[in-house]
This record gives sequence, structure tokens and C-alpha cells, in this order.
Amino acid sequence: MKYFVWGLVVLLIILHQDIWFWSDRYLVFGFIPIGLAYHAGISMAAAFVWFLATQFTWPKGLDDIVAEESSPVEAAGESKGGAQ
Amino acid sequence: MIEMMIIFAYLALLLILGIFASRLFRGTSQDYMLASHSIGPFLLLMSLFGTTMTAFALVGSTGEAYKEGIGVYGMLASSSGIIHSLCFFLLGVKLWTFGRKYGYTTQIQYFRDRLDSDKIGLLLFPILVSLVIPYLLIGVMASGVVMNSVTEGAFTSTFAEYDYGLPPWIGSLIICVVVLIYVFFGGMRGTAWANTFQTAVFMVLGIITFWIISSKLGGVDAASEAVAERNPSKLMRSVAPADEERYEKDYAAWQTLAQYNFATQDAKLFTLSPEQTKTAYDEFKPRMPNWQKRAEAVYAKKNGLLNDLSIAQKNEALVLQDDRQLPEPRPEWWDTVLLDHESLEQYPRDEAAQFNAYEMYGANIGHPAEDLDPENPAAGKKWTRKKATGVYRATKWAPEAPVGTDPWQFLTYIFVPLSVGMFPHLFQHWLTAKSASSFKLPVVAHPVFIMIVWVPCVLVGVWATSAVIDGKPLFPPHFPANAVLPAMVKQMTSPVLTGLLSAGILAAIMSSLDSQFLCLGTMFTEDVMVHYGGKGRYTDRQVVIMARTFIILIVALTYFFSLYEPRRVFQLGVWTFSGFSSLFPLVFASLYWKRLTKPGAYACILTAISLWTFLFWKSDFAAIANFSINFGGENLIGVTQPGQRIETGVIQTQPVMVMVLGSALIMVLVSLVTKPPRKEVVGRFFPEESD
Repeated sequence: MKYFVWGLVVLLIILHQDIWFWSDRYLVFGFIPIGLAYHAGISMAAAFVWFLATQFTWPKGLDDIVAEESSPVEAAGESKGGAQ
Repeated sequence: MIEMMIIFAYLALLLILGIFASRLFRGTSQDYMLASHSIGPFLLLMSLFGTTMTAFALVGSTGEAYKEGIGVYGMLASSSGIIHSLCFFLLGVKLWTFGRKYGYTTQIQYFRDRLDSDKIGLLLFPILVSLVIPYLLIGVMASGVVMNSVTEGAFTSTFAEYDYGLPPWIGSLIICVVVLIYVFFGGMRGTAWANTFQTAVFMVLGIITFWIISSKLGGVDAASEAVAERNPSKLMRSVAPADEERYEKDYAAWQTLAQYNFATQDAKLFTLSPEQTKTAYDEFKPRMPNWQKRAEAVYAKKNGLLNDLSIAQKNEALVLQDDRQLPEPRPEWWDTVLLDHESLEQYPRDEAAQFNAYEMYGANIGHPAEDLDPENPAAGKKWTRKKATGVYRATKWAPEAPVGTDPWQFLTYIFVPLSVGMFPHLFQHWLTAKSASSFKLPVVAHPVFIMIVWVPCVLVGVWATSAVIDGKPLFPPHFPANAVLPAMVKQMTSPVLTGLLSAGILAAIMSSLDSQFLCLGTMFTEDVMVHYGGKGRYTDRQVVIMARTFIILIVALTYFFSLYEPRRVFQLGVWTFSGFSSLFPLVFASLYWKRLTKPGAYACILTAISLWTFLFWKSDFAAIANFSINFGGENLIGVTQPGQRIETGVIQTQPVMVMVLGSALIMVLVSLVTKPPRKEVVGRFFPEESD
């Protein structure tokens, strides 16, 4: 699934280069130029792909790592230049 | 006056919000700079969106669509929807984790640790600060311009030189003070709250404005059909034959005017007699101010009076008529080849020349509420100075050529939004998140938010090209693109909505300015004072005082620089973004490539900044229009030169592509040939691999 989602991200970037609508001024619904409607669709598709990414490729246990490790590390002052 | 009152009411509301946020301040530096990592998904979404979207989101998107057509959405907006979320997901979440684990507040603290190099801060700090400052100046100056435009005519006798509106220096000062107050008292929490409020304001007002403007234009269908009829190229990314045909006719007429002006004023070849002038006027159908010169030019051309001009003189005529700088020395071809429009546009324009309009139209300039001719109210109202310069540009400069979008430029522009990965103010916002899961909503909703703001603005910009009121085009040629939205709102809606939309535009500006001021204050405090002052030297309370002091100083300095009105700063926008993008390989590799070495990182930064400086210099410091790196043609690789005509088949790319690929390549090569980083360092940032 992880590779599928990243494949979709690459596909989005490829589909973003829509040379097929370059010289087309057809008005979708009578008022939105097709080149604009298509890219609005790309924005919606991007939101969907990123939704899939957050569901299937989200790194696990990040909040737990922070909860476990942040206090002792910060308390020991191990970080260089961390907020005091 | 109503507009001004609405804006002041809005600013007062913002101050109340900032001061309320300050009541929740816990008194620690962590709380002041990072809101104690307490920002949940919704506030994070709104503050990240508000920070990345500047005034450009409303005013710039409409203006760019007015100039270039619908292609700007794909080039600037849908690409950002993909890339910004990619940066939030791939970089933001990981950086947040390390920030929480190791207590970072600034990017430089992270890079010092990750690259095991204290000195990297000395290199990165001035670069990051230098790239943020033009961005800040753009915001401060734009706020002054907005305040001036919206209050135009509000005063009866004062500020005549500012069209009886609030002078930009006062407008900028008011905005700086408001932002300073809520950032000073509210810190990051105040900033996040204010950003959320302001983002909601500019999104809602943008949609309302779209609705009202479309109704005034006869509905969305009628508005788009008018564009299809009058400016079809704006509905696509190539040039429609009808637009090309009309432009060629207009350009030929303008060339004649340029040659006539040169022949009579500079070369002094002839002067029309009173009889000839009368015949010229009788034969010409006046259509615009200054039509007399055009009539004389047509007569001179028709009667062969311009035939004695040499090619060199004709070239000089075109450059002077278009208020551009003559090349010194003249190129070799100057005496034999007639300059075409595309080449002409590569010569920097003397923008100050338009202020000659104040003298030329001095009799017409006055308070916009007064009649031009008291005995004949039908003659209209007195001109503002802005209108006078507009008439000057429309009647003197060359007609605007219809432009398409180059597919290669479109493709390579996708490197520009990578800049968000290296924005120091965005890094600080990422660290405010309550949990890693807080990033999920911004990652998903950011592209949709961009769409909600940009699609209506792009449509309004495209409609503006063909909007007609009382039989006259709404905008004359060379109308400043960034003024299109405010002007449309002023002419087509009520003063209340004008005031509200202006507040929305200021909201978009301030929601970026606040984060940048806070970020620079934090960087000076943490990366310079605390880092070099020594740990434990300052109490937490002193750190907060220091951050607040630096914020005051930065606001004061930015405001001071803005008083010099460095107009060229507006052209720096895409260059500052490109600079941040060129450092993207560094942050990406630092998170995902454990073989990245300290020398590799230094090489990446030095290459990025060297390429940026070199290309910026070659672009004549952003003065060359449509500057690109070109592949193919006579030379394998080259950059756009002043006066150069780009051959067909040459691939034109955005400079940012070479900067990003160049810095990435050098970083990889140097890292591979240098000693790998220490195991302890790799272990801290790649725990799973080192196990």
C-alpha cells in the first residue's frame, strides 16, 4: 500500500503537466475553462492522495517516542542549543 | 471614510484577540516561541495555511490571472497543493519529532546537531535571515499600498500627493504596530490564533467578493463568455489567433507612434505644418487620451515622412517610447536588425518615467470627489495620481503581447514550492504541534484550501480582462496587475464590502508577517544570544525579554528599510523562494540519508548560494523579464540576455531547477567522497537503522 500511495503522488505530478488541455478553452458548466477545472480537480485529487498517505503510510509510534524520550533528554540538557 | 473605519475596527479586533491570547501565556520561553507544543490540528491547519499564503493569494493570484490567464493556477496553485503537503508530511512530521525529542526551537539548532557542526550556524544564519528580509519588506510595503488605495479620497485637503488617502508610510506603520503588539504580547499562541482568525477572514471574504463581482458582470456564464469573445487566450495556455491578430495591428500602430516621436523630438527630422496637422486630425477617429500624437504619426507614416529613419534609429525609437534603457554599447546587430517586441522587453524599463504623468496631466489631477470641469459635470471627476500614471502607461508604452505558458517553464516551476521545506518560520510553526497526528489535517486539507482561495481569484482576474462598464473596458492597458482586485471591488461593490475585502487582504499580509517577525526574533535569541552566550547564562524570563526586544528591533528595522521604498523588492519574490528551494536538498537529505556528511552539507549550502548569486546577477538583479536558463539552440546552455530573441525549439527552464539540482548533486558527490558521519550522530537521527 505504501508503494501504491507514493506511486499515486508521482502520478499526480505527471498528470499536473496536462499538455492535452494547453490550447483547449472549452467552458465546463458554461463558465470554468477546462484548464482551470482540470487543475482544480488535481487539487482535489491531491487532497485524496494525501488522505490515503495519512491512512496507510503514516509513521507509527511517533507520539509515543516523543512522550517517552522528550522529558529525560531535555532534562539532561543533552541537546545543543535547545530552548532553555 | 467607511472603508477606513472598517479597517480600523478590524485591526482593533485583532489586537483584542492578541491580548486575550497573552492572558494564557505561561511565562516560559517554550510557551512564547512554540506555544508549549499545544497547537491542535485545526489551529495548525489554519496557521500553516495563513503563513504560507501571503497577500499574493488574493491580490497576486487575481493579478497574475489578469496578466497570464488561467495557466497561473496550475503553475502556482495546484503544484503548491501537491508540494506543500509533501513537505508537511515528509519534513514537518519528522522535524517535529526531533524538535520534541531534542528540544529544538530553530532550524539552525537542528542542523547544528544533525550535522555535528557548530559552525554550520554561522553559514546558514545570514543566508536564512537575508532571504526572509525581502519577504518581510514585501509584506510591509504592500500593506502601506493597500491602506493608501482603500483610503483614497478620504481626506479633503491633506495628503494631496497621496491622492488624499493615508500615505503608505503611515499605513505600513499602523500594520507594523498592530502586528508587533499581538506578537509581542501573545508570542506564538497569539500568532497562531491571529493567523486562524485572519485565514478565516480572507477565505470567507474572498468567496463573498467572488459572488458579488460575478453578479455585477451578469453572472458567471456571461463573464466567461465575454472573455471567450474578447480575450480568448486568457482561457487557455496558448495564444488564440484572434488575440495574435489584434495585437499585431496594435503593435504596428505603436511602432509608427514611436518612430514619429523619435523623428520629431529626438532626431528632429521634420515638423508637421499646421495644415498637415489639421488634415491628420480630420482623418483620425479619436479613441483615447493623447490621440493627437497618434493621428500625426499615422499621417506621417502614410505620407512617407518616416522613411528616412535608419534601422538603428528605429530601434532607439522603440526603446525610448517604451521607457526602457538603451543598451551600452549597442549590440553588433543594432544597425541591421529591427528589434522585435520580445527582445525589446528584455531591456530594463525605467519605471520612474511614468511619474512624468504628474506634469503632463497636472491640470486634471486633484481630489477624486471634485468635478474635472465644474461647469460640465459630465466631463467626470478629477484624476488621481494613480489614474494619471495609468493614462501615461496606456498611451505611451507598447501594447501588451498575448502570452501563452511555456510547458517547460510550467514544469520546472514545480521546484519553487519546495521552498516551504526551508522556511524558518514554517519550521517554528511545525514545532508548535501538539502531536504528530496534528499534521494529518493540514496535510490533507491544504490543497483544498488553496483551491477554495485561488479558483475564485483566478476567475475574477480572467474576467477582469474583458469586463466592460458603460461601454468602456474596466481596465486600460498596462493597468498594474496587483491593483486589479482592489480596483474591481471598489468599482463594483459597496464601500462596506470594499472595507471588508481590504481587511481581508491585510489579514493575508499580516498572517505571514507575524510568523516571520516572531521567527527572526527567536533566531536572534536562540541561535546567537543563547547559543554563544552560553547555556545557563540567562534565565528563562531573560530569554523571553530578549526575544521580545529582538522582535521590536526587527519590526523597527524592516519598517525603516521600507521607507526607502525599494520598489525592486517586489521582483525579488520568486528569487527568495528559489533561494529557500535551493536548500531543500539539505533538509531532505538530513532526514532521509544517513550518509550525508558535514562537508556535503557545507558544499550544498555554498553551491546553492553561489548559483543563486550568479543567476541573480545574470538576471540583472531581477530586472530581465522572464529570465530563464535555456537549453538547446546555438549554445548548449545559456541564460536569457537583454535584447535576446529566444529561438524556437529552445527549452526555457526556471532558474530554480538548476539551483535545486545543482546543490543536490554537489551535496551527494561531496558526501560520498568524505568521511561518513559519526555513529552516535547517525544513531540519534536514524535509530531504527542503527539498531
